[in-house]
Amino acid sequence: MIHLETGKYAFYVWTAYGVSAAVMAVMVAGALAHARRWKAKFEALNQGQVRK
Amino acid sequence: MIPAPAFLTNPERFMAFSRWAAPMFGAIAVILGLAGLWLGWSAPPDYQQSWTVRILFIHIPTAWLSEFAYACLASASLLSLVWRQLLADAAAQAAAPLGAGFTLLTLATGSLWGRPEWGTWWVWDARLTSELILFLIYLGYMALRASMDDEIKGARAAAILGLVGALILPIIHYSVYWWNTLHQGASVFRSGGSALAPVFFWPVILMVLAYTSAFGSLWLVRIRGEVWRRRADAAALRAARA
Repeated sequence: MIHLETGKYAFYVWTAYGVSAAVMAVMVAGALAHARRWKAKFEALNQGQVRK
Repeated sequence: MIPAPAFLTNPERFMAFSRWAAPMFGAIAVILGLAGLWLGWSAPPDYQQSWTVRILFIHIPTAWLSEFAYACLASASLLSLVWRQLLADAAAQAAAPLGAGFTLLTLATGSLWGRPEWGTWWVWDARLTSELILFLIYLGYMALRASMDDEIKGARAAAILGLVGALILPIIHYSVYWWNTLHQGASVFRSGGSALAPVFFWPVILMVLAYTSAFGSLWLVRIRGEVWRRRADAAALRAARA
């Protein structure tokens, strides 16, 4: 059974999880945006003739 | 010599492989991560660390990945430098921002664990300092690549830095044995068995696997982005010459 209690250490535990979630979100968004941006640019340059 | 698998050396085959492998690793990461968090947050508080033990479920995986990502960067740099494989150069370049992110998380979560347990946010102990140096090496690697206009020369310089920087990995690993450090020695895998009780050991293992799978997914996506960028650059050059 999950319990979210963290006692007097709540600040440290929740901050650690919050920072981790934020950095992971930035890494995921950054990787996807990087790939999509360059794929779109390549497609634009090749006028739709795309290699997978 | 054992030939490398074609999907690791041929961009066309790599793109076909990574198209299904990246989301697959991402899905595995989510499933393992949820299982690890469920197990970890069901565990009782540690008798010494109390609830701060929960920080270890996200600190140990990032610490592992900060080094594993660099080992991937260095291996890809070697392939790039010796065999001049463009895909290997893209792989090395793609690993750097991810490794820097995981190293930053290692330092941040370690600091948030250290304050209540050690009574300090930071200490210039060998393990912490060598981990900080690893973070600076990642930043230096990315800065070097960004600073050079000639991409081929930049790739070679970065590959050399990537290989030389790998010397930090054994220093990080053995720092707790070579010097007197506040940071504890190996606790998950060590001779004589894990120092972690099973209620903490299994969540840590699941989270390590989840983070590793997430790295695999993000790495593949970033390499794909690099391949697209290089194709776009080549297409732009062709268009300019036409």
